[in-house]
Amino acid sequence: MKYDVWNGTVIRKEALTQDIFDFTVKAPTLASVVKPGQFANILVPNKLLRRPISICSVQNGFLRFVFQIRGEGTELLSHFQVGDTLDFLAPLGNGFPVEDPQKKAIFVGGGIGVPPLLGLAQKYGRNGTAALGFRSKEAVILEKDFAAAGSTVKIATDNGSFGHHGFAADFLEETSFDICYACGPKPMLKAVSKLCKQMNKQCWISLEERMACGIGACLGCAVELKRSNGESYYGHVCKDGPVFSSEEVVL
Amino acid sequence: MSERLHVKIAGVDFKNPLIAASGTFGFGREFAEFYPLKTFGGISCKGLTLKERAGNPPPRIAETPSGILNSVGLQNPGVEHFIREDLPWIRQQGPVIIANIAGSTVDDYCQMAQRLSQTEVDLIELNISCPNVKKGGAAFGISCESVEKITKAVRAFCKKPLIVKLSPNVSNIADIAAAAESGGADAISLINTLTGMRIDLKTRRPILHNNTGGLSGPAVFPIAVRMVFEAASRVKVPVIGLGGITSWQDVVEMFLAGASAVQIGTILFHDPYAPVKILEGLEQYLSKNGISNISELTGKVQPW
Repeated sequence: MKYDVWNGTVIRKEALTQDIFDFTVKAPTLASVVKPGQFANILVPNKLLRRPISICSVQNGFLRFVFQIRGEGTELLSHFQVGDTLDFLAPLGNGFPVEDPQKKAIFVGGGIGVPPLLGLAQKYGRNGTAALGFRSKEAVILEKDFAAAGSTVKIATDNGSFGHHGFAADFLEETSFDICYACGPKPMLKAVSKLCKQMNKQCWISLEERMACGIGACLGCAVELKRSNGESYYGHVCKDGPVFSSEEVVL
Repeated sequence: MSERLHVKIAGVDFKNPLIAASGTFGFGREFAEFYPLKTFGGISCKGLTLKERAGNPPPRIAETPSGILNSVGLQNPGVEHFIREDLPWIRQQGPVIIANIAGSTVDDYCQMAQRLSQTEVDLIELNISCPNVKKGGAAFGISCESVEKITKAVRAFCKKPLIVKLSPNVSNIADIAAAAESGGADAISLINTLTGMRIDLKTRRPILHNNTGGLSGPAVFPIAVRMVFEAASRVKVPVIGLGGITSWQDVVEMFLAGASAVQIGTILFHDPYAPVKILEGLEQYLSKNGISNISELTGKVQPW
């Protein structure tokens, strides 16, 4: 389905941590077509640019957005209350390719890179492993949601206050999987891509970049990609991504 | 849509005075998902260069109060690719087509004007005001001598009506407009973006990888109105006003300042449906005020 501007009512709002919010928004037409890893460009009051926010999951006519306050725009977004209407452009981007849900998948998420992977976990059910990394115990989110989706959940924290003391990527070697999906900070994506290459596994990564139009017209959200002949060029996160094969991105 | 909105620029009929601004609209395909492209009177395509250009490294976008800085750096597939892959499709969509061209040398501009003159584009817009490329671009647009010289040179190769798009990063816009006119421009458009900069407090690096970029959006609107007023007061050729337009009221203001048509760009990122709303508002305003054609408003500001 092609993107359009939608209005949806916020029907549930929850603070998952001090700065991470979880919105459920009514959008029946969209919810039936959104693919895991796609995003919405959301209007916030008094800002010219919309904010690109990943769609965490969809259920029964509702979209779920889990976002972190990272600046003024997301701060304003966090002020929306239950009953308010969100104006958003969606569905945007290509999302994660789900080739065969019978295959074993690992979802490697770091911090606010975790939410866009939940929709995938729901597709893979018991064939999925969620390897999630956070700064500390207080920053852990969506652990129960991944478990409810059927995934085996493995948590790592930077300071060792919960789960494995280390990084989400550390779980790759001990896990049996056919395909890897990752979203999170660049150093994590670099590590995951490198490991998957060594292990000869397919790897898809989701990127972010400062963005304006969200649809591929303004060419703002450039990302350096490489062609099979090694030549590099600029593609765009909004239209060509946000999900890319780890082989084609210059990280 | 009534005849109230019809305008004629450099001999070309526009069904309405709203033109999509170059660089915000690609070649129209992405926006055609929202409404027919013929909603616009015309579209000014993404700036073209002779050969494909990769553009600048990211980040290319920084938000500012009521504005956006961009440093895309003229990423485009090159003029031949445009003629082959994009032009036939846009032609079918209906709006007037303006090809926006940029280059590093006068010869680049001349070659492109000559090549595009053999195609179905309706007008050519000379971009001598892009602030985001190292060679050429705005460098041609900041002195009267170079503006007149490049306009004259391109004029000799250009068989289509020629618009010269002016940079606001100059000390006297009226002189620059006059130079474009005496070089042979059939129309002028202004303003391109104003050069700006933002710095990240944590990293102490400019937000844009290019360090500086072009400012657009409502923040620049009053500057654009002033410059359209100054330029239109000096030249006889039609002036296309742009820079931060967000509403039908802004369009009326631009016309009063001296514009004969307008371009909109940055507002499309906020509300892709802005052109539909602007046109509805204009239609109602003209009808309510008994104005039979929007051109009647051009230059009707009454300065103190």
